[in-house]
Amino acid sequence: MTQCDAPPPLSRWETALMAARLFAIDPAGLGGVSVIAGPGPVRDLWLERLRGALASGAPVRRVPAHIEDDRLIGAVDLTATLASGRVVLQMGILGEADGGIVLIPMAERLSAGVAARIAAVLDRRELVVEREGLARRIPARIGVVAFDEGVSPEERLAVSLRERFAFHLDLRDLSARGLANLAIDPSETAAARLALASVEGPSADVVEALVATAAAFGINSVVAPLLALRAARVAAALAGRRAITEEDAVLAARLVLAPRSQMMPDEAPDETEPPAPPDDPGADEDGDDDDDDDTEPATEPPNLEDIMLAAVQAAVPDDLLAKLKTGAGGPQPTGRNSRLGAAKSSALRGRPTGVRMGALRPGSRLALVATLRAAAPWQAVRRNDQVARTVSRPIEVRREDFRFKRFAQRRESTMVFCVDASGSTAFHRLAESKGAVEMLLAEAYVNRTFVSLVAFRGHGAELLLPPTRSLTRAKALLANLPGGGGTPLAAGVDCAVLVALAERSKSREPLVILLTDGRANITADGQAARGRAMEEALDSSRRLAAQRIAAVFIDTSARPRAEGSDLAAAMNARYVALPYVEASAVCDVARGAASEFFTEPLRPR
Amino acid sequence: MFTMKIYFPFAAIVGQDDMKFALQLVAVDRNIGGVMVFGDRGTGKSTAVRSLASLLPHMQVVTGCKFNCDPGSPVETCADVCDARRDKHCPTHKTVPVPVVDLPLGATEDRVVGALDLERALTRGEKAFEPGLLARAHRGFLYIDEVNLLEDHLVDLLLDVAASGENIVEREGLSVRHPARFVLVGSGNPEEGELRPQLLDRFGLSVDVRTPGNLADRVEILKRCDAFERDPEAFDALWRNENESASALIAAARERLGEVAVSDDALEAMSRLCMATGADGLRGELTLLRASRAAAALAGDEAVGDAHIRRVAAMALRHRLRRNPLDESGSTARVERALGEVFAS
Repeated sequence: MTQCDAPPPLSRWETALMAARLFAIDPAGLGGVSVIAGPGPVRDLWLERLRGALASGAPVRRVPAHIEDDRLIGAVDLTATLASGRVVLQMGILGEADGGIVLIPMAERLSAGVAARIAAVLDRRELVVEREGLARRIPARIGVVAFDEGVSPEERLAVSLRERFAFHLDLRDLSARGLANLAIDPSETAAARLALASVEGPSADVVEALVATAAAFGINSVVAPLLALRAARVAAALAGRRAITEEDAVLAARLVLAPRSQMMPDEAPDETEPPAPPDDPGADEDGDDDDDDDTEPATEPPNLEDIMLAAVQAAVPDDLLAKLKTGAGGPQPTGRNSRLGAAKSSALRGRPTGVRMGALRPGSRLALVATLRAAAPWQAVRRNDQVARTVSRPIEVRREDFRFKRFAQRRESTMVFCVDASGSTAFHRLAESKGAVEMLLAEAYVNRTFVSLVAFRGHGAELLLPPTRSLTRAKALLANLPGGGGTPLAAGVDCAVLVALAERSKSREPLVILLTDGRANITADGQAARGRAMEEALDSSRRLAAQRIAAVFIDTSARPRAEGSDLAAAMNARYVALPYVEASAVCDVARGAASEFFTEPLRPR
Repeated sequence: MFTMKIYFPFAAIVGQDDMKFALQLVAVDRNIGGVMVFGDRGTGKSTAVRSLASLLPHMQVVTGCKFNCDPGSPVETCADVCDARRDKHCPTHKTVPVPVVDLPLGATEDRVVGALDLERALTRGEKAFEPGLLARAHRGFLYIDEVNLLEDHLVDLLLDVAASGENIVEREGLSVRHPARFVLVGSGNPEEGELRPQLLDRFGLSVDVRTPGNLADRVEILKRCDAFERDPEAFDALWRNENESASALIAAARERLGEVAVSDDALEAMSRLCMATGADGLRGELTLLRASRAAAALAGDEAVGDAHIRRVAAMALRHRLRRNPLDESGSTARVERALGEVFAS
């Protein structure tokens, strides 16, 4: 980590600081800032600048990623309630932060549920509390600063929340020294805050340019230009203007739209998915010469849209640019609950996630404090009851008071790879299959999924790797996997089913990923007979389906034929024909199928 | 002390015809069942639902009744807990907006179904029932944003009450039952976790909303959102007339609903459509019938015609199709295909 090459351009710091300045003026309007940065001086310094620019006395609250509803939304303040005889709300963080900001460290760990609760508050600017006998509406005009500390691109803050933030910053590999000389004048932001309400509405040009620019960069959303418009208004207020000028709009577009770009405007839009349907021709063209016909003729000086396009283009972050060029959009994280190995609720094991009401069931664990807490307010009433009067107890606890601990348990899962290593596959595709499996293994490792490897070739199938989390062993085995011989497909499928069932008995949910060309030609007893081999393979596939084992069938043959899809249908598997297998494509498909499968509720056993 | 929040006017929502139409249909005929809205973020899902209240013709309730009792129907089952009705021999009534109740994530079960009034128990040692969100939503709408993130036991409970139309609470030796007939409106983003199929089937209609691709629409959305943000009152006033005529349309359609004729041919077309799509169960057919009848009423037509069936088929059936792992085409496309088959012959 030495600074041997040129220092990062100052403009990134200026961008980050400008975002902080605008956000500090109107946190609730601009929604939030997502900051990709690990803990450290760079991040601290940026935050310090932001805090200094906030309205004086504006609350700043932290939301831990695994916060519970009692703390986030609020709960009955039992002590105060019992003492005063009136229901008193213990305010949650979202209500406490009204007029200020909430900080979310480790935002990539935020669960989808918490993200949705915060998103609802951002949308409504109030907190609706419907908890434990309390019904309140609490003003909650908040802005959010989410520190995204994820290492891989898939470990990111939930899109549902990030999309509501005006600014997306990346402070990685910036040096704290760059910010040393940059400051925000709090009197400036305070003045802008007062002036904000008197900024007039935008001109049609500004609105159109923002929408067109967003579309040109493939941003398929109405929220983004809306946030950009708000940022432009704040910028105008900051500059002491009563109207939004081109300058403000361009600045807002650079800050809000550039980090969201999905494509560059000079890319041919007809090859990627066009953001606009054909009923609006020219909508997603770049602004070079064929403008929409309602704008000025080309002889005029460059219009706002052109200026904006150029500015945004220049501001697209380098790494994003590289990603756009390779076309790697990547899957969008949606919050931790929807991933592979999703958390399942369990009565007994795992991480405690709160308490619930309910009837006492065998195996559930009573939350004693919560139960007593639930019983406390009712003591006076119960003492009045006829029944209670006959027997005097120090505290009367009834069935409806029972609260139970809830636990979230990471549902464990196993990927069973069933790889065709026969001659027909080996010649062309074994290497690709290996590559794909390797990528999936990396994925499995990230998700702490178990993996198992079954290979079939020659006269039978072999369990090369019993379910394990050891990536190294799996890799080594895979690299040395020899190819050649016939295709005993039925034996391979049977072996995979056995492994899958064994896994299920250990309460790990199996997913079988079969990579084959589907040309079975060796029967179970080792004879070369294509017709019978195929029959057997279909039978095995049906057995797999009958066990309700989730499966993906990746057809690796050069020209997919009916056999592949027939087999996939028989095993009720997701069928993917990949005539030209690319490891990354296989990986995407299997990952998609896997996450789809694992987000479904538990199947009844 | 409590000011009524102004919601974005329904009539000012740009595009999103399917979503708006589905909401209008259930406003005309509540028996169609709930509406599930899937879609991209920022497409005005919540806006449309919350603005429904301004669109619906007002309703009569017994004054002081916490259960939204209808003065027109003499025996509501909540009579034993409804103070307003019990105390007064001749209850007065008043006109109120149709409730559109938000069920926030993080709501606890006692607030949903109702529980004992904590304050009265503490101050006076009395047992009094404090109605929950279900009571508040009676005769109106219950809206859950991000329904796929709501806890399973709450979802089950809601579906149960929505189906039976009655809420039963047993607390502290108090047994309360009150009517809770509401239209459940859910919204969600399929990327954030799928809905259980058995849950999906309980919704009458399901619509998909997308960000409008048309630039002119996006510009218009931006302009209207900005205008609304800067001055909600003025914006509301600007759209009042249009909103009122939309509201009158629904009122008129409700009047007409009973007279809309459904021919045997139309019924047969619906059955064949359900068979062709393989939509499971009778529920699909019934929803299709009610929705096309409401569509005809909205259009001011005297009988259900092919056009009405075509218009509502996708939203009534697309969430009831059996999953076919080999058919990658979307459910809407499958319904469209079936429509082609049924109406071509």
